[in-house]
Amino acid sequence: MMPDPAIVLRTEALYKRFGSLEVVRDVSLELPRGARHALIGPNGAGKTTLVNLITGQEKGDSGRIHLDGADITEVPQAARVRHGLTRTFQINTLFPALTPIESVTLAVCERERVAGQFWRSLVAHRRAIDEAFEILQSLGLAEVATRRTRTLPYGQQRLLEIALALATRPKVLLLDEPAAGVPKNESMLLFKVIEALPEDISVLFIEHDMDLVFSFASRIVVLVSGGVLIEAPPDVVRNDQRVREVYLGQARHG
Amino acid sequence: MTDATAASSESFRWLQRRRRFSVYEIAFWLATVVPFFVFPTYLTLASQIAIAALFAISVDLILGYAGIITLGHAMLFGIGAYTAGLISKAGWGEPLTGLLLAGGFAGLVGFVVSFIIVRVRHLALIMITLGLGLLSYELANAMEWLTGGTDGLQGVDIWPIFGTFKFDLWGYTAYGYALIVLFIGLLLSRKLVHSAFGLSLRGIRENLKRMPAIGSNYRGHLQKIYTISAAMAGVAGALLAQTTSTVSLDTLSFQRSADVVVMLILGGTGRLYGAIVGAIIFMVARDQLADMNPQYWYFWIGLLLMFVVLVTPDGILGALSRLARIRE
Repeated sequence: MMPDPAIVLRTEALYKRFGSLEVVRDVSLELPRGARHALIGPNGAGKTTLVNLITGQEKGDSGRIHLDGADITEVPQAARVRHGLTRTFQINTLFPALTPIESVTLAVCERERVAGQFWRSLVAHRRAIDEAFEILQSLGLAEVATRRTRTLPYGQQRLLEIALALATRPKVLLLDEPAAGVPKNESMLLFKVIEALPEDISVLFIEHDMDLVFSFASRIVVLVSGGVLIEAPPDVVRNDQRVREVYLGQARHG
Repeated sequence: MTDATAASSESFRWLQRRRRFSVYEIAFWLATVVPFFVFPTYLTLASQIAIAALFAISVDLILGYAGIITLGHAMLFGIGAYTAGLISKAGWGEPLTGLLLAGGFAGLVGFVVSFIIVRVRHLALIMITLGLGLLSYELANAMEWLTGGTDGLQGVDIWPIFGTFKFDLWGYTAYGYALIVLFIGLLLSRKLVHSAFGLSLRGIRENLKRMPAIGSNYRGHLQKIYTISAAMAGVAGALLAQTTSTVSLDTLSFQRSADVVVMLILGGTGRLYGAIVGAIIFMVARDQLADMNPQYWYFWIGLLLMFVVLVTPDGILGALSRLARIRE
């Protein structure tokens, strides 16, 4: 079968069980190039597990994953990143004692396969450092480039999450609740940053705030109990009776 | 764009500053020659300190930088010591080649062991390293034909360095030799720590989970640093064998594995010089306290260790560098 060049990421009937519980059930998704898609669903729907499966952090029980036409189902996580499939984390997963410039330079060096060189000084990799700085600057982190990550305000740490991912030069970027814990006014700015990412980066983001989802997603995947309930443009999802029931039911119980 | 370049230069200069030699470093190395003139009766102790410091640096590279906890590094120290001793007993007493061969062999063993080391973490890692340490001790004990068992290797005959500097009773040559090797070891470690590889090790220590998510083959990094650390530990062991003309079983002992970690914690991990400061404090304390009360001197080390961990968790050097920063 000829791969469709417009589709950059495709999953085929992904399954993941924990004991008798099906956390991810028959998920087949397609992410077109340049996409800004959202993945939503109630708590425990399996969104993060799905991201873990796609990025290779967890191994699925069955199903296939294709990136740019190549089957990457058996490829380990780090190698998937080098093929252009990168994620961020819902809970900050940063390097607390390193500065942003060090952190992002590290990611650039890993991408350029020079991170194992112990005979050359770090400052000999001037281009990697400049590139890291440009990434930080594009996210408004230039001012804090040489401050320790653990001393940065939370919102800037969320941006650094994205900066680290960008340094891998992703084709596909999976953002796991990029604005988690960020106050409303700041989360809008954060999503503006995501919206402004280059066209050649295809984005799938998990988000709970429906205002953000409807403002920034061109298409929405609704995951319920591990399975895809509906995948459609925002207008269709907004008016779908089943989606309303899931969310209203959730609200009533919550 | 010029603004961006200028701002980037600022970050770049910040990174550059981090690897510059400080006045404290230079002062420290100048001070290391003082024992030659002021404490000539303590030169043997001074060379033991230099050897312990080199060993502690090798542990700092894996423990302080990469976050690999070990309680069995004496295995590699001992392998280096026995290799150097056996090479000399076999009739080749040239010290420098002996040193390199011993380091190379310890590095090779370290490389083989690293395949297990990178697969475990936390408590399992401590147990694996501890187990390897005990294993090698008992193995050396059992292989009496090779190692001399509990008697150790006696009569290790080392030729003069460069055919000129004979190992003397006072320890002038021994201390000079150990000091120069320590200095080279520190320079190489310093180079490594300030390389892209050194940065990736700190990344592993700071957040292992993130490393594969930025495309890092971190296990390869860990194997590499463990191998390098093993070679350095082997060189330290070889230095001890060559400067004392004997190799005893206790080069492989658990005590030695534990002591080196204690030195590192005392001095401060992840800063190279912490290993040296820790070695100095530990060895001088042992020398002085053992004179007063040979049986119970560990009591004081235990007390000091608890004090340091509770009061200044980043070690004595960490506390000193904070003081220096406040003063500036």
